[in-house]
Amino acid sequence: MSLIVHRIGPSCTIQDLGRNGFLSQGLSRSGAADQIALHEGAALLGQSPACAALEMAGIGGEFEAGKDTQIALTGAPMQASIDGAAVPWNASHLLLTGQRLTLGSAVRGNYGYLHLGGGIDSDVFLGSRSVHLTANVGRAVQVGDILPSASSHGEAGFKLRPDDRFAGGELRVVASFQTALFDQETLNRFARTEFRRGQRANRMGMQLESDGEGFAAAGQLNILSEVITIGDIQMTGTGRPFILLPECQTTGGYPRIATVLPCDLSRAAQSPADCAIRFKFVSLEEATEIQAAHSVELARLPNRVEPLIRDPNDIPDLLSYQLIGGMVSATD
Amino acid sequence: MTRTNHSPEFRTVGIDGLLVTFADRMAEDANRAALALRGEFEKRAWDGVEETSTSLASTYIRIDPTRSSLAEFVPRVQQLVRTRDWYDASLPPGRVLWRVPTVFGTELAPQLDEAAKIAGLTPGEAIKRLSQSRVRVLTIGFAPGQPYLGPLGAEFNIPRQKDLTPKVPAGALVMAISQFVLFAGPAPTGWRHIGQTAFRCFRPEMQNCFALNPGDEMLFHPITPDELDQIRENNSDGNGGATREEIVA
Repeated sequence: MSLIVHRIGPSCTIQDLGRNGFLSQGLSRSGAADQIALHEGAALLGQSPACAALEMAGIGGEFEAGKDTQIALTGAPMQASIDGAAVPWNASHLLLTGQRLTLGSAVRGNYGYLHLGGGIDSDVFLGSRSVHLTANVGRAVQVGDILPSASSHGEAGFKLRPDDRFAGGELRVVASFQTALFDQETLNRFARTEFRRGQRANRMGMQLESDGEGFAAAGQLNILSEVITIGDIQMTGTGRPFILLPECQTTGGYPRIATVLPCDLSRAAQSPADCAIRFKFVSLEEATEIQAAHSVELARLPNRVEPLIRDPNDIPDLLSYQLIGGMVSATD
Repeated sequence: MTRTNHSPEFRTVGIDGLLVTFADRMAEDANRAALALRGEFEKRAWDGVEETSTSLASTYIRIDPTRSSLAEFVPRVQQLVRTRDWYDASLPPGRVLWRVPTVFGTELAPQLDEAAKIAGLTPGEAIKRLSQSRVRVLTIGFAPGQPYLGPLGAEFNIPRQKDLTPKVPAGALVMAISQFVLFAGPAPTGWRHIGQTAFRCFRPEMQNCFALNPGDEMLFHPITPDELDQIRENNSDGNGGATREEIVA
């Protein structure tokens, strides 16, 4: 055994890169909502990005080490401490037998990740450890669960400066096979519009809101159901867009106006409620180049890992949030 | 059924997919064509092809964009598609007919009356026609193991709802555009909930976790809510009281 779960948020699941190859049977890929985080965790622990980690939506939990275990923390920063002492995010740490790791709420973004040295060694279903709640594959982690890990030869005590992907912004999209169902004026308006991430969001998809009329395609209530891929931007009957995420359906009749580039999906999934999102169309050729450059960046992550220096000036963002909280109460 | 007057259309999907579409509406020959082209890709196993699937009238092919580009891949597929008439292809072998006990209407399937009205039928006439319609698994999708079934008669060519129903249960039989979907799990839907079964399309705890394959056929015969309760008490095989019969070619 490795980590014993003493407290846990309501939506924490084990995720890896996902389960490819079952679209024909209606099973979407699943996998981490923020795939960049999996690569960062792997770089911090000197292991494969295919290792499974714990994905924590919004709220973390409390975990006790059943044996000495290297851990890494990536994705949406959360308040983190080991036996009560704050530890930095985007870093790897050694958790000694009996020590307790406490992870609070996400301070920016949505999905935080807890990686274990050697990866979480849960059951494999159809080639992947990814839980797919929508498909009834696996379940959320509960109090009393044990997160087993394979043995690890890596070291802890490293940090990585993450790219900032926790506040929305511009998402690059390509035209997809149903883009032409929307007239040019609607497409132009779509590209000009500043959207806000709505309240309805989970691992299936995230709703976007905007002022003004919706975005409708010609004859869209009678379009033949067609293949869906992760990143598709689907227009529901009311013309409000949803970005489809790793647990999305595999086919659907609502038209897709465009598809978010895979490399920008982490930013999409990590956008908190009400934050601003815009879309920028790029050509298929540009998109292919952007995605290839992103893959190269991911492969270089291990070279960007640095030793963790325990200098108080070096404690990242988390402390500043606590200071802001203190200032607010001081002025009351 | 009349022959589709449409030639295969090629469109890209995201940065790594190609969709070959055989018709812009549901048609039996286009569905067979899509299944046959997918079968051809599975047989040829081209290097760099990661995955294939079919929808109602299209074949989807996903490539590994680090090994090939769509710009190179699309002309190869076009050349392959031109080698034969896919609309003439036969259905895949080894098909099965399922007869599935179903509660039509009642509080278990509350939109039967509304759907019948849109179709211009009394609820009783709608149940009669729907339960006598032997439908084919046209594609599996949306959720694991979940079939799109059809075609139903033209009177059932009713549009989807504008707004989503927040949740229908697993085993729900829903209808729109002359098709059924038999829901694999609880989900939101824009289709109308007209029947309820205890048939489990996806059985992750079993060795063979997917119950259906494209080309299989289904019949939904009416039962009462009490009978469905009894079926649910003894449903360890997941079939929901359904019987299974090989279709002889």
